[in-house]
Amino acid sequence: MTGPVKTTYVEAILEGFNYLLEHHDDVMVMGQGLWSPWYVGSSMRDLDRKFGRERVMDTPVSEDATTAIAAGAALSGYRPIVVHPRIDFMVLASNSLVNQIAKWSHMLGGQTRPAVTIRGIVNRGGEQGAQHSQSLHAWFAHVPGLRVVMPATASDARDLLIASVLCDDPVLYIDDRWCYEVTDELGPVVPVDLASVGPQVLRAGTDITIVGSGFSTQLGLRVSDLLAGDGISAEVIDLRVINPLDLSVVVESVGRTGRLAAIDGSWRTCGLAGEVVSTSAEGVPLDRWRAKPLRFTLPEAPAPTSSALESAYYPTAEGIAEQIIDSQFREKPC
Amino acid sequence: MVMSTTSAHPCGHSTVPDKTLSSLGELADPLCFTAPIVIGSRSAEELVRMLESMTRIRVVEEFIGEQVASGVVRCPCHLAIGQEAAAVGVASTLRHTDRVFGTHRSHGHFLAQGGGIYGLLAEILGKATGCSNGMGGSMHLIATDVGFVGSVPIVGATVPMAVGAALAAKRDGRGDVAVAYFGDGAMEEGVVHESMNFASRFQLPTLFVVENNLFSSHLHIRERQPDDSVARFAAAHKIPWFVVDGNDVVAVAEAADELVAAAREGHGPGFLEAVTYRWRGHVGASEDMDVGVQRKEDLGLWKKRDPIERLEATMVSEGLVGEDRVTRLRASVREECEMAWRQALADPFPEAGALLDMVYAAPRR
Repeated sequence: MTGPVKTTYVEAILEGFNYLLEHHDDVMVMGQGLWSPWYVGSSMRDLDRKFGRERVMDTPVSEDATTAIAAGAALSGYRPIVVHPRIDFMVLASNSLVNQIAKWSHMLGGQTRPAVTIRGIVNRGGEQGAQHSQSLHAWFAHVPGLRVVMPATASDARDLLIASVLCDDPVLYIDDRWCYEVTDELGPVVPVDLASVGPQVLRAGTDITIVGSGFSTQLGLRVSDLLAGDGISAEVIDLRVINPLDLSVVVESVGRTGRLAAIDGSWRTCGLAGEVVSTSAEGVPLDRWRAKPLRFTLPEAPAPTSSALESAYYPTAEGIAEQIIDSQFREKPC
Repeated sequence: MVMSTTSAHPCGHSTVPDKTLSSLGELADPLCFTAPIVIGSRSAEELVRMLESMTRIRVVEEFIGEQVASGVVRCPCHLAIGQEAAAVGVASTLRHTDRVFGTHRSHGHFLAQGGGIYGLLAEILGKATGCSNGMGGSMHLIATDVGFVGSVPIVGATVPMAVGAALAAKRDGRGDVAVAYFGDGAMEEGVVHESMNFASRFQLPTLFVVENNLFSSHLHIRERQPDDSVARFAAAHKIPWFVVDGNDVVAVAEAADELVAAAREGHGPGFLEAVTYRWRGHVGASEDMDVGVQRKEDLGLWKKRDPIERLEATMVSEGLVGEDRVTRLRASVREECEMAWRQALADPFPEAGALLDMVYAAPRR
């Protein structure tokens, strides 16, 4: 007996690329390693063979130029996708992203838009260390004009990639290798308008609201499983789009549960978890709060390489659940 | 006058560490190249167009300079007075389906390509009727209907965007080219080299135009690079190149013609170094704004290498225009500026909603 067909997150990304290249002649893809599965894994397998190396370009080692080149092609009517196999290296493209692509429409009076999609891959763990482990989403979400998308589920991995590329604005699409094995049943593609996509409740609950994006959402789902074992009902919200950030779903949820745990796979200072907490603090009436909000983020240090330090570096579902129970659901001794 | 890829290029290194190489030689010497220019095979009609276009840019920029000096214009204006021949010579070989990218100093590139005086002046005043709807000012110009895709002030930033437009043009297959205007300072930005390598690797129809005016904002090229010519980088990226007297509009046009024709035919990018000099400071209307630079003596000499006077002298002596042609032209452009200015001053500023309306595309219905 065969059950419903499950698709992994990484297969879903590949489906998204195939859909885009099959249905949209104006889509082209460029970046380092696109002809080599070693770089981008199975998420782009055989695209160059199927669609030609003119449309799927493996580029020189030039992150900044490649990103701006895609933007220039976008201004000429194409819908290019730039792939940065590690988001750490995308820092070299910051001028193109922050100064040019994000601002082009506004500073030239809204007449043209470099509607390029930049795919940045978060690739952590495995003793890769400080320059191979970052998740810099909050940096880029700070900049008006750049839509920033972080799929947490296999469905979103495919559908938000398609929505990003078909969007008339520039979009930074950040996928996370730690999500690659999660699965969903995918239906046929129904293109959605990215501007209509926002945070979504993945699991309803009544005692605490857990908020994440990308892999942090997956972490939040595991935390909610653990809390359920202690009789605590957690609502899990996946942010999905972190710029422009519409937190009304979160504020409404925290208004009901009275508790908030914001999980983020990056640092605390000026980070996404702080943004979730502060907007909730502004929006949720004081008398609805039943406990102080919590943030779960990385220690304020670059990623280590040593496995012992690495296991201390990344928050775990068990650790988060324990802290939530300790601080919010256990009677404090007098 | 024109050095081609095959011409001898000074080589070897100076043995004295504090002495720099001058590959430009006489091209960087203001005492040379001051004679009336050789007009070659250009038609009288085309020469008149170029003379008019250069004069138009000169008068508009002088007008803007006056408004900056009087304090009416507050946004930073980088004038290219003295450098008109590079923009006009290159534009003479382009069409409106080509894709041109500029810099912080792009009034001339915009006007030479066919951008309007009124849109430029209104933009500098921050008015909703400006070419960028009042959102850009002097440093962010756009005129997509004539192929001017945009200009921005981050040095070198539009060079890769032009290469991207060239990638699109190549895929479009209609023989269009992209042009990146930049300066000798931008040659020191890494992304420019990334862009030249990329364009060469994929044989993209890009014309890289370096207006080498010998200065970054305030430092002479000899204080920034081991050689005063930047064409060596084109050679390194295997891109055909010319170094020309950038104050000789015919020399610029001839070199641009050849490089653009090759690009249109699928032979990949070209590189044009036009040696010139700006008469005003890095920013603003004054001639002596540059901090720490002794330009005074040189500037007087460079003014004798005036691209407009040199073309005018040739055309008058050849009987192609009357002696008062430029004077009359100046008066009529001046009048156009004044009319446009009066209108622009009366025009509305962008509405408050413009602040947020243009960050993202309007939601789809």
